[in-house]
Amino acid sequence: MNALRALLSHDLPRSRLLAALLILIVAALALTPFAFPGTRALNVAAKILVFIVLVGSYDLLLGYTGIVSFAHTMFFGIGAYGVAIASSRLAPGFGALAIGIGGALALSLLLALVIGLFSLRVKAIFFAMITLAVAAAFQGLASQLSDFTGGEDGLNFRLPELLSPSTGFTEEPFLGASIDGRLLSYYLLFVTAAVLVLALLRIVNSPFGRVLQAIRDNDFRAEAIGYRLVTYRTLSTLLAAVFATLAGALLAIWLRYNGPDTSLSFEIMLDILLIVVIGGMGTIYGAVIGSALFVLAQSYLQDLMRVGAAAVEGVPVLSQLIAPERWLLWLGVLFVLAVYHFPNGLVGRLRQGRRAS
Amino acid sequence: MSAPIASDAVPKARFDLIPLLLIAAVALAALPLVGSATSWATLTLAGLAMGLIIFVIASGLTLVFGLMDVLNFGHGVFIALGAFVATTVMGAMGGFVASPSLGANLVAVGVAALTGMVAAAALGLVFERVLVRPVYGMHLKQILITMGGMIIGEELIKLVWGAQMIPLQPPESLRGALLLGDVAIEKFRLLAVAVGLVVFAALLWLLNRTKLGLLIRAGVQDREMVESLGYRIRRLFVAVFVAGSALAGLGGVLWGLYQQSVMPQIGAQVNTLLFIVIIIGGLGSTLGCFAGALLVGLMANYCGFIAPKAALFSNIGLMVAVLLWRPQGLYPVSQR
Repeated sequence: MNALRALLSHDLPRSRLLAALLILIVAALALTPFAFPGTRALNVAAKILVFIVLVGSYDLLLGYTGIVSFAHTMFFGIGAYGVAIASSRLAPGFGALAIGIGGALALSLLLALVIGLFSLRVKAIFFAMITLAVAAAFQGLASQLSDFTGGEDGLNFRLPELLSPSTGFTEEPFLGASIDGRLLSYYLLFVTAAVLVLALLRIVNSPFGRVLQAIRDNDFRAEAIGYRLVTYRTLSTLLAAVFATLAGALLAIWLRYNGPDTSLSFEIMLDILLIVVIGGMGTIYGAVIGSALFVLAQSYLQDLMRVGAAAVEGVPVLSQLIAPERWLLWLGVLFVLAVYHFPNGLVGRLRQGRRAS
Repeated sequence: MSAPIASDAVPKARFDLIPLLLIAAVALAALPLVGSATSWATLTLAGLAMGLIIFVIASGLTLVFGLMDVLNFGHGVFIALGAFVATTVMGAMGGFVASPSLGANLVAVGVAALTGMVAAAALGLVFERVLVRPVYGMHLKQILITMGGMIIGEELIKLVWGAQMIPLQPPESLRGALLLGDVAIEKFRLLAVAVGLVVFAALLWLLNRTKLGLLIRAGVQDREMVESLGYRIRRLFVAVFVAGSALAGLGGVLWGLYQQSVMPQIGAQVNTLLFIVIIIGGLGSTLGCFAGALLVGLMANYCGFIAPKAALFSNIGLMVAVLLWRPQGLYPVSQR
């Protein structure tokens, strides 16, 4: 029990229901290849893993430091493109992966440093606007440099032999799942994501993390105590950029493809924002729960809505409202309600429920 | 922000011509780069048309920010709504649109623009009441809430008009170009320039020559002072918000006709441009917004012609350059 506490950096879920949900999510993700056979379930699970890391890193920025950045997908995209470009140019192998990820990290750090030092001195609103503009320009750049990035079509590439689906380790399927490179890459994703989330928890619960929260709650006072705001904000931006880059690399490793729409689009930025607010800002656990719910909803709720829409087909407005394409509308409404009524999102709600009883 | 002035005389406010001269300088500097005078003239007109449309859209945004310190990330929804309403109205007025007479065509565009403005104004009223009002003074929440408003608005637009791109052709006699010697002038751009200039003149008149404008300008500079004199800034603000939304709707109609097509994501796309423009201009400043919009419009068109690959960065580069020169924007608003 103590080991678990230490692993979670003494930041426990503090709610039975939340703890149960987290255990459920982790167990389900760990056992997906065996419990839910089929490519679709595995793809959904992998997407959840990637989003947990991505949203967690954004939570560090938004929830813990109080910075609104719209350039987070830029770092995500850099990670994905790093892997994609290195793997398609060099001979596929772990060397290429390492070069790609290393290069992507270096570029992300540099960009984050420039953005941070230039614009974190100004008001939150300025920063949000400038990152929006920078992200738009970067997305344009990625689709323009088609010799390098594959343009709108993106890049297909091959991974090291060990991780490719055609590599089988056993002849017979084990517990209904074939033990192959695909399974290995899934567990690579799972372990990496777990390590990264634990690292995020470690960061936000360190003295450094406390300073970030102090800055979020009252920057004037934090500065008066003697913490340099620009330094801390920039460090937070850098850390978030590193984690987002790694998440991007994970995505590219899983998909063996990358293009502007899969990693750079503004829709992903909105998704991140929705997840982090609905899940719970400043909790990290919110990223886990939010991502799981969001990606599940994105993948399966639409099916459910299709059934619902078919059931009320004759009714003019209602059938339109629950058409599967409109699920984002409902998430938007949920988002606005969350910002007003549950500033700490689902996680905050669950924790509050415990206190009331 | 301003340095203390040592002289004993009261400094006179002097009209700052430099940013406006800068626009002219940019236009002139582009002439040798573009090469031929005829394509330069075409590009300049296109740039002015684009700049003026952006100005129409952005003026409300910058005033709202100046008055209430509220930055509406959902401003794009009003643009999209205006443009989509225009598609419906123009579709319904097929006879007017197809008729060869200029008068009938202008009536069609006018009705479309008016309906778009009314729709956007109504949405603006709801938007302010439901979304923005509870989060005054909380920047973080404002950004999140207005962003959420944009998601919802975009989805609702998709609900009514569908998610596809809808073509929006200017009416018969506004298509094509006039030939002045060798210079081709697209007729619709001429109309856009005219509308933009009229809006600009009307805004300047309203802000500088009426009591309402005096209150708005005073509110932008020092809100508490105006409140303490007994004026209800909040009401003024709602009026400005609604008017700004209506202008965004008008801008949306023009933008849709300028692009000749409309899609639900149009708002999010234009948002980036808007922010660049109001940052360049100085947040809260109408004249700055005008200068910034023209600069952005001209730069985008010249760069698109001279170096298409670099065009993406022309706006960002412009913003960085302006901010390095004047960190508060072209026309800084004092007290901020």
